[in-house]
Amino acid sequence: MKLYEYMGKDIFRREGIPVPRGQAFFNSAGVADFAASLPAIVVKSQVLAGGRGKAGGIKFPASATETEVAAQELLATVIRDLPVHAVLVEEKLKIDREYYVAITVDGGKRKPLVIASAQGGVDIEEVAEEHIVKFHVDVHAGIQPHFGREVARRMGLPAAESKQFSELLVKMYNLFRKYDAELVEINPLVLSSGKLIAADAKLTIDDEAAFRYPEWLPSVEERTERELKAAAIGISFVELDGEIGVMANGAGITMATLDIINHFGGSPRNFMDAGGGAGTEATAKALEILLSTKPKTIVVNIFGGITRCDDVARAFAQVKETIGIPVPLVIRLVGTNEEAGVEILRQQGMSAYRSIDEAVAKAVELAAKEAV
Amino acid sequence: MAIIIDTKSVILVQGITGKQGNFHTSQMLAYGARVAAGVSPGKGGQEVHGVPVFDTVAQAMEQYPITASIIFIPAPGVKDAAFEAMSAGIKTLVIITEHVPLHDELDIMAYAEKHQVTIIGPNTFGIISPGQSKMGIMPNSIYTPGPVGVVARSGTLSYEIANNLTLSGLGQSTVVGLGGDRVVGLSFTEVLAKFEQDPTTKVVVLVGEIGGNAEEEASLYIKEMTKPVVAFLAGSSAPPGKRMGHAGAIIERGKGTFQSKVAALTLAGAKVAALPWEVAELVREALGE
Repeated sequence: MKLYEYMGKDIFRREGIPVPRGQAFFNSAGVADFAASLPAIVVKSQVLAGGRGKAGGIKFPASATETEVAAQELLATVIRDLPVHAVLVEEKLKIDREYYVAITVDGGKRKPLVIASAQGGVDIEEVAEEHIVKFHVDVHAGIQPHFGREVARRMGLPAAESKQFSELLVKMYNLFRKYDAELVEINPLVLSSGKLIAADAKLTIDDEAAFRYPEWLPSVEERTERELKAAAIGISFVELDGEIGVMANGAGITMATLDIINHFGGSPRNFMDAGGGAGTEATAKALEILLSTKPKTIVVNIFGGITRCDDVARAFAQVKETIGIPVPLVIRLVGTNEEAGVEILRQQGMSAYRSIDEAVAKAVELAAKEAV
Repeated sequence: MAIIIDTKSVILVQGITGKQGNFHTSQMLAYGARVAAGVSPGKGGQEVHGVPVFDTVAQAMEQYPITASIIFIPAPGVKDAAFEAMSAGIKTLVIITEHVPLHDELDIMAYAEKHQVTIIGPNTFGIISPGQSKMGIMPNSIYTPGPVGVVARSGTLSYEIANNLTLSGLGQSTVVGLGGDRVVGLSFTEVLAKFEQDPTTKVVVLVGEIGGNAEEEASLYIKEMTKPVVAFLAGSSAPPGKRMGHAGAIIERGKGTFQSKVAALTLAGAKVAALPWEVAELVREALGE
């Protein structure tokens, strides 16, 4: 889960990382009063899209009254398809230098990774490799101040800033661990009159750790209503724009099923990974979600391991009896409890393929017929 | 011969009394795996399919010469279960559970690295050495012993490919599932190195997918291998920027794309199959049949 900048900065503040004076507003009430207390002002729209500055999402009003107008305007805009629900009104910093610092996870090395550069303020991907410092972290040692001093030295920071930087990195790392973060990123980290201040805050929390933060229900969403519905039953679902509804069990096989649909000249309407071990209820709900996207045909590709074919077949039978299945349903069903599953389908007048290529070829053929 | 598990493996099941632990214990036993004991705190003294249940791992280890443990514990308890097994001295761990928090995975892997523990998963279907032993949730019927080593990131896709190999008369030495999470134990490269050393394995099949750079890293090692490698990758049709299930299966900023992986593997000398059912034919060619 990606947090909005103002949420990230609230956490930074709580953990002792310096941030500019600021406050989030969801409407323009109180904006002018707050802005009047700031020596210089910036208003930043709170969206999870990159490049919001270029898209006009950041304004520098000259007065408290202008700030109120700017807030009103921004709250009425849509940036890269995302409506702006909040603005952050902040003190505009005097910028002497801009740095980049982030902590993320390097899956290949199975370790946290610190990425830092003395060239901040731009997309880190655009910074030449020789100006980027990377250090892996041993989670048992954590980040002690010496680690931060070494990163600062390699970044080429002046000695006067080294202590501040290293204290900041220790706090960032502790926050990264404490909040189950996938990413903590400060870009830019600003040097303003000799002080290091986080001018931006990107914080992504690991969804799988959500159970540890019951008070933080996901308040930040970029998914469609159907995608949310699917997520609620533990199914990962992504809407695409083709014609053939797809359900499979496992991300790899689901992707391969989309690839095979393309291979036979069809187009998938969605990605739906019903996951491992989906029972009858979840599978039935998943099928209902698929039907609601009104595909021309549906192809189901189940290779049962932890998923049992009879559970899946029971789900199809249930949906057929209750709400009905108005489009052709092509099923490929093999693996654990296959015979029982095929028998349940047979009783409902449905049949199953054993091979994926035959099933997908049939689905593509049926979708093409529907199109005529 | 095989890699990681074989007929000598004595297996512990952590979470044996849960729905999945119970069901898959029966499947492992049916396959002939030596499941010696189970652990389920508070359920000590019970039996599951004739397998004795203990309250702690240490208690089970006092009774049986356990060499490997398979974990079916729900995600919030996986870190505790993995540390319990590792601190009791178990050196091979298969973690089936999905949705394990990332930071728990970091902690588990750091400890495993320091104590030379081999970890498969989390979020894996496990490992099977056909005809010898099985620690996992894969269907029993689709494997047969033979010379093909298989290593996969994705479970069901590997079933598809193993099943095709078996139907084509090509048996497997060992089939390993790395797991779909961003942080997992064994890597492609580590498993490839084990297959390279294993006398039974004559050819290796790598089943990968878009996202991350695990396949690109593996390519560096494939270049050094004496044994031929056949690969299949899922995700040729995936739109960029969409997250597709696995934490790994996302393409960002042109990295980890289908094209970059095919290019790296091809350059390293691997044969890349365009469709899953073409793998068996390429394996046959690699074996010189």
